[in-house]
Formats: sequence, structure tokens, C-alpha cells
Amino acid sequence: MAAAELALLEKSLGLSKGNKYSAQGERQIPVLQTNNGPSLTGLTTIAAHLVKQANKEYLLGSTAEEKAIVQQWLEYRVTRVDGNSNKDDIRILLKDLNSYLEDKVYLTGYNFTLADILLYYGLHRFIILEKFTQGC
Amino acid sequence: MRLFVSEGAPGTLPVLAAAGRAQGRAELLISTVGPEEHVVPFLTRPKVPVLQLDSGNYLFSTSAICRYFFLLSGWEQDDLTNQWLEWEATELQPALSAALYYLVVQGKKGEDVLGPVRRALTHIDHSLSRRSCPFLAGETESLADIVLWGALYPLLQDPAYLPEELGALHSWFQTLSSQEPCQRAAETVLKQQGILALRPYLQKQPQPSLLEGRAVSNEPEEEELVTLSEEEIAMAVTTWEKGLGSLPPLRPKQNPVLPVAGERNVLITSALPYVNNVPHLGNIIGCVLSADVFARYSRLRQWNTLYVCGTDEYGTATETKAMEEGLTPQEICDKYHVIHADIYRWFNISFDIFGRTTTPQQTEITQDIFQRLWNRGFVLQDTVEQLRCERCARFLADRFVEGVCPFCGYEEARGDQCDKCGKLINAIELKKPQCKVCRSCPVVKSSRHLFLDLPKLEDQLEEWLGKTLPGSDWTPNARFIIRSWLRDGLKPRCITRDLKWGTPVPLEGYEDKVFYVWFDATFGYLSITANYTDQWERWWKNPEQVNLYQFMAKDNVPFHGLVFPCSALGAEDNYTLVSHLIATEYLNYEDGKFSKSRGVGVFGDMAQDTGIPADIWRFYLLYIRPEGQDSAFSWTDMLLKNNSELLNNLGNFINRAGMFVSKFFGGSVPKMVLTSDDQRLLAHVTLELQHYHQLLEKVRIRDALRSILTISRHGNQYIQVNEPWKRIKGSEADRQRAGTVTGLAVNIAALLSIMLQPYMPTVSSTISAQLQLPPLACSVLPTDFLCTLPAGHHIGTVSPLFQKLENDQIESLRQRFGGGQMEESLALKAKVFPKPAAVETVTTAGPQQIQELMDEVTKQGNIVRELKAQKADKNQVAAEVAKLLDLKKQLALAEGKPLETPKSKKKK
Repeated sequence: MAAAELALLEKSLGLSKGNKYSAQGERQIPVLQTNNGPSLTGLTTIAAHLVKQANKEYLLGSTAEEKAIVQQWLEYRVTRVDGNSNKDDIRILLKDLNSYLEDKVYLTGYNFTLADILLYYGLHRFIILEKFTQGC
Repeated sequence: MRLFVSEGAPGTLPVLAAAGRAQGRAELLISTVGPEEHVVPFLTRPKVPVLQLDSGNYLFSTSAICRYFFLLSGWEQDDLTNQWLEWEATELQPALSAALYYLVVQGKKGEDVLGPVRRALTHIDHSLSRRSCPFLAGETESLADIVLWGALYPLLQDPAYLPEELGALHSWFQTLSSQEPCQRAAETVLKQQGILALRPYLQKQPQPSLLEGRAVSNEPEEEELVTLSEEEIAMAVTTWEKGLGSLPPLRPKQNPVLPVAGERNVLITSALPYVNNVPHLGNIIGCVLSADVFARYSRLRQWNTLYVCGTDEYGTATETKAMEEGLTPQEICDKYHVIHADIYRWFNISFDIFGRTTTPQQTEITQDIFQRLWNRGFVLQDTVEQLRCERCARFLADRFVEGVCPFCGYEEARGDQCDKCGKLINAIELKKPQCKVCRSCPVVKSSRHLFLDLPKLEDQLEEWLGKTLPGSDWTPNARFIIRSWLRDGLKPRCITRDLKWGTPVPLEGYEDKVFYVWFDATFGYLSITANYTDQWERWWKNPEQVNLYQFMAKDNVPFHGLVFPCSALGAEDNYTLVSHLIATEYLNYEDGKFSKSRGVGVFGDMAQDTGIPADIWRFYLLYIRPEGQDSAFSWTDMLLKNNSELLNNLGNFINRAGMFVSKFFGGSVPKMVLTSDDQRLLAHVTLELQHYHQLLEKVRIRDALRSILTISRHGNQYIQVNEPWKRIKGSEADRQRAGTVTGLAVNIAALLSIMLQPYMPTVSSTISAQLQLPPLACSVLPTDFLCTLPAGHHIGTVSPLFQKLENDQIESLRQRFGGGQMEESLALKAKVFPKPAAVETVTTAGPQQIQELMDEVTKQGNIVRELKAQKADKNQVAAEVAKLLDLKKQLALAEGKPLETPKSKKKK
């Protein structure tokens, strides 16, 4: 799952060579074996690493404030969005995000960042599900 | 910017500790809000701490706030810090909130609290020590350190929850805690109240999700493949080539086994099972089987090993059981000792002796230790008021008295507790007490008793623990239990009882008393050894030369880690004291507990009727050994592990390796020409073998089993990649390659057979026979991977080792043991031991009926309580009480509990 997502990210960042990912533990946390240095563990950690590799640091935010906000929503993705299967919780989560985004274009305001990419991936399954259930 | 905090919110700690970084760069206002106040407008659920930025944006993640402060100070983000923070949020926090919830909200202690976070703490410790950096992300303190320190501080500030063996974590934590910003943050948040300061906040929080339906995980952590240096590979190859020649000669077997000066002498005991119960799987893995694995391993290392165990036979419980079954205590012991011995024989437990505590040696040794304690003034006398039945001419143990509860007036209160109001009762306070045997009224008589003066021995004990604990392999739970006993202070403990079935007290005025079992049961190890050899003192009075390992479940820790050492130290006779106390947690059965009375769970004598071989039971029990945390026996999981790990992984590899030698090379091991890939594999196997040794030396039995499975996984992969079955049909070079791969694989199989011996002795000897291992290779486990089957060695006939477990087979076993066999055991009771007519009226009661009865009892109880509260008519109340009592009787019968005996009491 996470490996497919990271592969998609690589592609959209324009990284040519595909990395190989392994998965760890019952939650199948992605692990990246880097060429120079120790392996990296965790979806958002690896994603931020790829962004730097692609020389697109701006996707991590430009000011201290933006950087902190990007990381906050990355954390939100892996703690709140992932592994949340309780219907009530999902509803609250979508409601909160909706009200947060009411006056914003992207999560940091006006700049597109890694937080948008990963939150989009993460929410994808809920949105599909939501449409599906509404259709019934 | 404005920071919102709340009294006792743990997130405030790291935030305040990090705030110093932003000093001088921005103005920070701090506001305190209630724990349920909505600070962030777009979040449905309340959240603190929160940082409101001057732009109007909110940071509601603790780590993001800390990160922002660090970013303001000019710090730059890096991968390693990101990784730690992601780990903190996804792994540490869920575990930690569970631990804090248990500790602060539910008031739990010890392993219940430490259990959920242990793996996380170990992870930090290992990372610190592996990188040998003082801080998480390098040489200086940084964001990751502050965030993790702040998260952990509430728990770890109590030394009881900072495991001593995690040295690197220890010093990292101390370094940070002593720094000024951290110190100030801690004072602000905890206000010198310690962990309790968090209570007002945590109480208002929803229960952490980890607690909801938390399944006990039996899954191993993923294995990380390490990178090997050229030197490591070269060394592994050199050692491999030396072959069996590099092994020391086999030690001749001694009889009896005695310690030898200058050698490693290992004395192993397993907690003595209480004679009148049939042990269940939890009892078996808790001590006897665990100790057996270590004893077998120790013998494979050629250490001088003695493994001692036996049945614990004295005490009230035996007397009660004897009365129940209409036998004498001696007859009961004889009967059940054989049952125990048979069970352990079936499980292939390699005792050097399985003895009993009812021997002349036990009397002699116990009386000697007592006499020495008495002479040295470590025994006190005191008078205790007790109930005595004049008709039966004996003092009544709590379980032999019944009467009216002094608190609630319940008619059938037991001598120690009232079933109705649940209050603890001192037997002499019961109104209208009755002897349960003859129904006459006992009288209060004072009886003189002896007490072991533990407070007087406390200093000696502390001194000994101070010398023993550091560097030893005591399990963390054992350390914790002993520490908390010492913290609460020791009290004198009564060591005598008004009973007949026990070791006589050799003191004037105490002729009709015996020693209390907990005082002399642990001397059983000595007396059983004395039954094995008259030179027993060479083991037990030889602390300089003997390493004593004692195995038990955690409820037995105080007797082994505290009471026995106090007695032995006070006796001043140079006794061997425990060097390594190995205590397990508990094993549950499916979703609940093993219960004899409800007929739930698998008991030792039933395991053999399942048709599943003893080695498979051993494997699965060891695979789920409750090491560090409770675990659960599950039929489905057992099927899964048998079919995946044993059949598909281990069995498949060993069988293929052997089959290739037979089929392609006429049963003779082919010549091996190692390529660099082969050498790398060889080094990986060597490394895993060394890991196995490290783990078993620390008695981490469950973890070491994983190493075996890892090696066979490597082996399977190796065969799969090299495809010897194809190459054998190819060119000369291909055929040579097939030979090398087959030869290396069959040597790995040979190594596995020996590594497996402590766990699955029968399977191990089957493999050894199939591969025709030389005798030396079967009895010694080297520390390195050696070529034990050189080219030209002839192997025997190879056949499959394991059988598949089928779903319907397991399903029918689950049904049979999930409470069903109760009918069987009830019928058995009725048949063998004629009982009052009541038992015969029981037809069949399934778990469902029991549940229904329980519900009815609860309902009826409520009716009675309400009537009483309304001060209703006495006759009406009496009628409803009668109904309640009748329901309770039905329930007791349905649960297979005899009516005369109250609920079984806690084990000693």
C-alpha cells in the first residue's frame, strides 16, 4: 500500500529511478534502504526525503510557519487518517477538514505542499467509500 | 503568539521545554484553559496544548509546536529527526497513552503499566546504543530529544518504570532531565506531585484506542538484514572450513552430576507444581518447559548442568483434597505425583530428578534451617486468636469456617471473605461460626505461632541484591516485584500452621503444628537434590562455583527472590542463592483464562489426547511464551504457526536439502566450491547463530526460537534463487553449482537440527538420524557455523518431518476444550467419588446456561437489595433471599464447583 503510494510520489516528483521498499511490522510501515547511510522508516519521513532528493524543498514549506504546518498535517495523515476505520471518527475527521479548508486553497493557505499530496492519497479511500455509500 | 495549555496535559512538557529556543525571536503569551475547552475553531474535539500564531494559524500538534520553536532558532530539518518524530506520533504515543491511562486513571501498577511501552523503550535504548551517540539525532541535543523526553518524562520520572537493563536510555533520560529548560518544564507541569498531577486532565480524556479490544500480539518484529563487512565474511569462511575438528571433545556423562571447580556449573530449578492440581498449558510454559529449554541448551554448551523439580505436597489444600476424595493426604500425593510425572514425561522434560517434598530429607533440611534461624534470633513468637473446633479437635483454616457476615449479615460468609458484600473478614469476627466439616460451633482460642523476622533480615537482603542484580539476567518483572516489596517495607511473616500435613516444628510447645508451606516449599529444591545425591551440598552450599537459575511464573517471585534468600542468609550456612530469576507473565486461553472448574483450556493430561505430537505443543507454547508480556494460546494461531513456520518454512527446507542429496547425489554430500554469494550466506547464518546464543544466554527463549526460523528462511530463499533441481540437468559448471548449493543447504539443515534440540528434542533427533550426523555434532552446539557434513558424507533416508493441521480438526478441538469437557469431568466426579445427591441432579450445563444462570443471580441479587433498601416486609425479603440462594446453588453445580468448598482461594 504505502510502497505504491511512494512510487506514485516518485513519479510525480520526476524521480527517474524507482526505489525498492520493504514493509515492517503488522502495520506494514514502509522502509527505504538508501545508498548512503542507514535505512529510513515511515511514510512521511521517506516522502520528505524524496522531496529533497528531487530538489523540490519548497514542497516542505518556505517559512518556519509553513514548515511546521506541513509537518503537522503529515502527522495528521499518519496518526488520524490512517488506521481510522470507525465511521463516526471518519465523519468527524472529514467535517473538521472541511471547516479548516473553508477559507483556504491548500492546507498551508495558498501554496501547494507535500501535505496536500499525502492527505489527498490518504483521504482517497474514504471519499470513494463515501460516494459509494451515498449511492446506495 | 499565544500558547494554550491545560493543567496536567502531558503535551505541555515538551512544548515548554522547547519554548526556550524561541526566546527573543517572538513574544509568547501563555494561557491556561480547561481540559475540555475548544481552542481550535475547526476541531470538533478539544485539544491542548495549542499554539496560535500571529498570522491566526493554529498549531495543534505537540511535535509541530516544538518543531516551530526549533525552526525559529535557525535549526534545519533532517531525515533522522523526521523519522523519530513520526515514530513518536505513530508508535510511542499510542503505547504511552495506554500506559499512562492504566497508571493514572485506573491505578494499575508494575507490568500492567510497563508492558505496553516496553517495546518502545527498548527501541530507543537499542538505537542509542547502536549509534553510540549520546542523543537521538547526533552529538547534540535536538528536537527529537525534547519531544521524546517530554512524552516519556511523566512515566520515567518514577524509577520503577525506567528498566535498569536499558542503560543507554537511562543515561539519555538523566542527561536531559538535568537540563534547566527541561527541569523547569517538569516543575511547571507536575508541580512536585509526580504523575498524579496529570490525573485531572487524563480523567477527562477518552480511553486510549490501544485499550479498546487490544489483541495480544504474538507476531514477531520484522527481521532487518544487516550489512556484513568483508572481514566478517572472511572469518566465517575460515571457521566453517575447520569443521568438526575445531570442537572440544565430548564430555563424558557424569552420574551424579556434580559441580566442578573452574567450570561453568549451572543449577536449574523449575517452580514446584502444587501436587493436587493437574497443570494446564500456562503452568507448563511458565516454569517446567521454559527451564527445560534452558537446561537442554546449557547441556549443549557442555556446561555442567543439573535440572531439579518435583511436586510440592504439604499444606491445607492437600488436606482438603484428601477429605474431598476420601483418601489420606499421603494417598492423594502419591496419586497426583504420578499424574504430574507422566505429563512431564510426555512433554519430554529432561529433569535430572523429579522428586517430592514429603521426604525425610525435607524434614531434616527444613528443621536445620529453622534451628539456625531460631538460634540467631531471626524467629519471633506471637499469639494469634483462631477458631478451634472442639469436636474435630483442630484449629480451623479459613476455608473450613462459615458463618454470618459481621458487615452485611449474609448467612454463608466464608472465613476470609463475604461473597455477598465482598468485604474481607477475619474469621474470628464471624457471627455464629460453624465448622464446615461437622457443623458444630467452634470456639476462639489463642494459639502461639512463629514468625520469620523479615525486617531484621532486610539489610542483609538489600546488600545481597545490590551485589547480585546488576549484570544478572533477572527478568524485569521479577526486579519490579522485589523492588516494590522492599519499598513497602517487609513485615514479620507467620511460618507455622495448626495442621497435621506438613513438616513438624522442632520446638517445645509446637508439637501439634507444622511449618507453613511457603516457608519450606522452596527448601524442596534442596531436599529433592538431596534425594538425587548425598553430595547435594556441593550444589547448594557453593555460591562461588554454582550459577543458580530459577524459573517460575511471576506470582512466585516473592518466595524465591525474597523469602528464601532471607531464610538462607539468616541461617548463615553459605547457601547458594539465585543468580538469575526468570519469571514469565501469564498465558491466557483464547480470550480468557484457563479454568479447571469451568472446564476451559487445555490441561497437561489432555494434550496427549489431541493427537498432536508433544514437540508441536512445545514449539507453539515456546513460540508464544509470555516473555515480557501476557500472551494467549489460540487454536487458530497454533494451526497457522504449524502450517506456515514448521511445515512450509522449517520442514520444507530441511526436507528439500536432504532430498537433493539423496536424489541427485546418491545420498552422498557433494563437493562444495563457495562463491561470494555462498560466503555471504554463510556469514549471515553465523551471525544469526551468534544472535541465538546471545539470546539464550540471557534466557530469552522465545526470541531465540525466531533465529532458528530466520535461518531456515534464508535457506529456503537460497535454494529458490539457485534452483539446484534445474542446474543438475545443465552443463558441468551448472552441476558443480547444484552440488555446492545442495551441500551448503544440507549443512545448514544439520545446524538447524542442533539449534532445534532445546525446543523440539524429538524432531531434532529425527533430523540427526536422517542426516546421519556424527555423534559429536549431535551433542555440542558450537558458537560458529561449521561444516559438519563434509563432501562424501553419507546421509540416511529422508522423510517429511511435520504434518499439516487441518481446519476441521482444529475446530473440533477448540469446541472440545472451550468449556465442553466440563460435562465429562462432572460425570467423572460423580462416578468416581460418590457425592451428595445434588450432583446427580445436574444434567448438562453448557457455557450458555452458565451465563444465563449468572445473569439470573445478578438480577435476583438486585431484587433482594432493592427490597432491603425499601425496608420491605421481612417474609417477602426472606422468600427472595431463598430464591437467590437456590440460584447460586444451581450456578455452583453448573460450574462444577462442589457446594461444600467455597470458591478456590488464591494459590500460595
